[in-house]
Amino acid sequence: MQRRAKFGVGIGVIVVALAFLAWMGYGESKTYYHTIAEYQALTGSARNHRMRLAGTVASGSIRHTSGRVNFVLEEQGKSLAVSYVGSDPLPDTFVDKSQALVEGRPAADGSFVAEHVQAKCASKYEAAPGGDKPASAPGAATQQSSM
Amino acid sequence: MDVFGSFSLLLALVCAVYAFVGGIFAIKTRHPLLVKSTRQSGMAACVLIFISTISLEYLFFTDNFSMAYVVSHSNRDLSTFYKVAALWAGQEGSLLFWSTLLSVYVLSVLIAYRNKNGELMPYVGVVLAGVQIFFLTLNNFVENPFKTLAAMNASGALEPFTRMDGNGLNPLLQYPEMVIHPPNLYSGYTGFTIPFAFALAALLARYPGEKWIHLTRKWTMIAWCFQSLGILLGAHWAYAVLGWGGYWGWDPVENASLLPWLTGTAFLHSVMMQEKRGMMKVWNVWLVFCTFLLCILGTFLTRSGVVSSVHAFANSQIGPWFVGFICVIIVVCFVAYFKNRDYLASENQLDSMVSRESSFLFNNLLFLVACIAVLSGTLFPVFSEWFTSERISVGAPFFNKVMIPIGLALLFLTGVGPLLAWRKTSLDSLKRNFGWPVVVGALTAVVLFAVGYRDVYSDICFFLCAFVFWTIAMEFYRGAKVIAARTGMGLTMAAHELSMRNTRRYGGYVVHFGMVLVFIGLAGVAFNKDVQKSMNLGDSMKLGQYTLILQSADTKVEKNYTAQRMIVEVLKDNKQLMMLYPEKRQFQGNEQAAGTMVAIYSTLREDLYVVYAGMDPDTNVPVIHAFLNPLVKWIWLGGVWVVMGTLLALMPNRRAALVLAGVPQAETVAAPGAPALTPTATLREGHD
Repeated sequence: MQRRAKFGVGIGVIVVALAFLAWMGYGESKTYYHTIAEYQALTGSARNHRMRLAGTVASGSIRHTSGRVNFVLEEQGKSLAVSYVGSDPLPDTFVDKSQALVEGRPAADGSFVAEHVQAKCASKYEAAPGGDKPASAPGAATQQSSM
Repeated sequence: MDVFGSFSLLLALVCAVYAFVGGIFAIKTRHPLLVKSTRQSGMAACVLIFISTISLEYLFFTDNFSMAYVVSHSNRDLSTFYKVAALWAGQEGSLLFWSTLLSVYVLSVLIAYRNKNGELMPYVGVVLAGVQIFFLTLNNFVENPFKTLAAMNASGALEPFTRMDGNGLNPLLQYPEMVIHPPNLYSGYTGFTIPFAFALAALLARYPGEKWIHLTRKWTMIAWCFQSLGILLGAHWAYAVLGWGGYWGWDPVENASLLPWLTGTAFLHSVMMQEKRGMMKVWNVWLVFCTFLLCILGTFLTRSGVVSSVHAFANSQIGPWFVGFICVIIVVCFVAYFKNRDYLASENQLDSMVSRESSFLFNNLLFLVACIAVLSGTLFPVFSEWFTSERISVGAPFFNKVMIPIGLALLFLTGVGPLLAWRKTSLDSLKRNFGWPVVVGALTAVVLFAVGYRDVYSDICFFLCAFVFWTIAMEFYRGAKVIAARTGMGLTMAAHELSMRNTRRYGGYVVHFGMVLVFIGLAGVAFNKDVQKSMNLGDSMKLGQYTLILQSADTKVEKNYTAQRMIVEVLKDNKQLMMLYPEKRQFQGNEQAAGTMVAIYSTLREDLYVVYAGMDPDTNVPVIHAFLNPLVKWIWLGGVWVVMGTLLALMPNRRAALVLAGVPQAETVAAPGAPALTPTATLREGHD
């Protein structure tokens, strides 16, 4: 019985330690998913979370300025100004009308400051006439600017 | 050919259903003809799937652009090499490919054991047919790759339609590794079906003893080897193609491939407990069940994109099918377990904290916790949405915080475990076995710290790598010394002989050595550096010992794409070293299809990784992003050793050709069946 208790303590210590690390990692990296409509309705402390938003890049909205790239994301009739400040180059797939996933935090002026941008180009792999639905490559249809 | 392929796919489903239903009756009635016919029906299903896959490839090679799948994933200019790979470029083809690879395993098993294990095989056949039915249903009715194009004619009716050319293959996939990575990974995913089928069959049949473990060991190792290789090739592809300077980003699809690898690795170790000591029977059965479930889950995550995108689940047609199948497997496993759990009683108890058994126990605990951590992190968005209605994801910091300590602890056990004795290890033997390795490890860590590799986890990792390396080297040395002394061989030859006599044990050590190399590479990540700069022609940037000078730029027109290429001269310590050519490719027919080709100068010490990041839109000056990634090459080298070790472990043991002094050589030749009296018998029977 004593032997079992020893093993129990050993296992317990390992599991608790790892659970603690997991909890710390969770606090550091948790990111909320929102639609643009939900994002615009957020108030109070919920606006300070790290967030991930998705949408389609509005045509002609991509503006490169020094140190940042501004563009507009559209989803279900709502639009949002996004400013990408990450150091990594934007993915090749990030162009007008591509589907983009941005991750970052809201800025004071209501726009969104993104640290990471992922983009998936929608049109190319989409259905041919009468044909199939957009298919993704084995784990590779999105390109990420950073990780 | 499309009708032919489509029809064989349907016929394969019919055969699989017969193998399944007939198999159940065969088990009930034990009628030998029924047993035989269901087995053959199972084989026929496999062959029909092969035919259907070949038909699809034929459609690719003949540029048949009346087929929707061919139009979506190929074009006339696509090279032959990539036309093969186009098979698995999309959803429908990938699922067909899954069925195909599974059929390779199923057919091999059905043929290899057709006259053996008569009690068990009908059960195995039924389980395998059940899995095939699921995938064939998807192939036939949900994601059929043999759909033809149709267009509305003037009167509003649909009629067949042929395009002049296809859309081409996703440029991200036009890379050699992408041709070999999916087959490897899928062979891993599908391969774990075999141990699963045997475990479930043995449980259902109450098949006596540990026989199913012996039967499936080879299959598990083959699947494991493919899975390991698939993961590493995927990492290498991400590194060389995506151009973000890393190889692992804890992306859901990457995690999905890691999950069954974790439980599969745990299983490969814990079966030894069952073989040697009759312990952990319940655990092993559940590990196999979980590994298979995770393979299905992995396929599901990869194919459906349930996690990666924001609201993809609703769009995924195959999602509900996979969830349903996973639920069915879980129910079947639970029912089989609760009906037959008395058959899995353990024969022994754990004796001591410091024993081989306990090292396996902790090994399994760590693999399991790692698996739970990765699984929960990956599915966090799904679960959080269920429970809190908010969709929350966790990122790399979460995974790194948990997985780095687990990885280091496992590395520690890699060195310690194989040298601990079964039941209980004495303090004396601990000192004898681990004294030198600890010293060597500590020296390595101190030296590396002194020369500038300063990071807590990395230094611990270097310590452990040297420690484990030394324990493995000592094992080879000791064994080889004994053989050398008895045969007069040189040490190298003796080490070879030693490995061949106990391939399982020494193959295991080689795999461990490969993992040490992988860990060395992983530890390098703490010292990564990068610089990004807009560069005019003639400008230079410094990174570590290297100086990069942008010499010129040119445009290269190829059959399928046009590349913008930067010509970068690399100086090391101000001496000319080489030229690098990072490029951006613009694929034809679509302005959106662009690809990055990274230029890498790789040495054992570090990789110089140069990306042409595009033109700065304001100034129209090229932007070069250069990374200095230490030790990355060790990861790929480690992968090679892991594969070699697995192959060694799969080889049959060589009988010692040695005879005792005084016995004439001819006698042993005359009686090859007699148990050879081998000197290795005096060596410790160990980790094998």
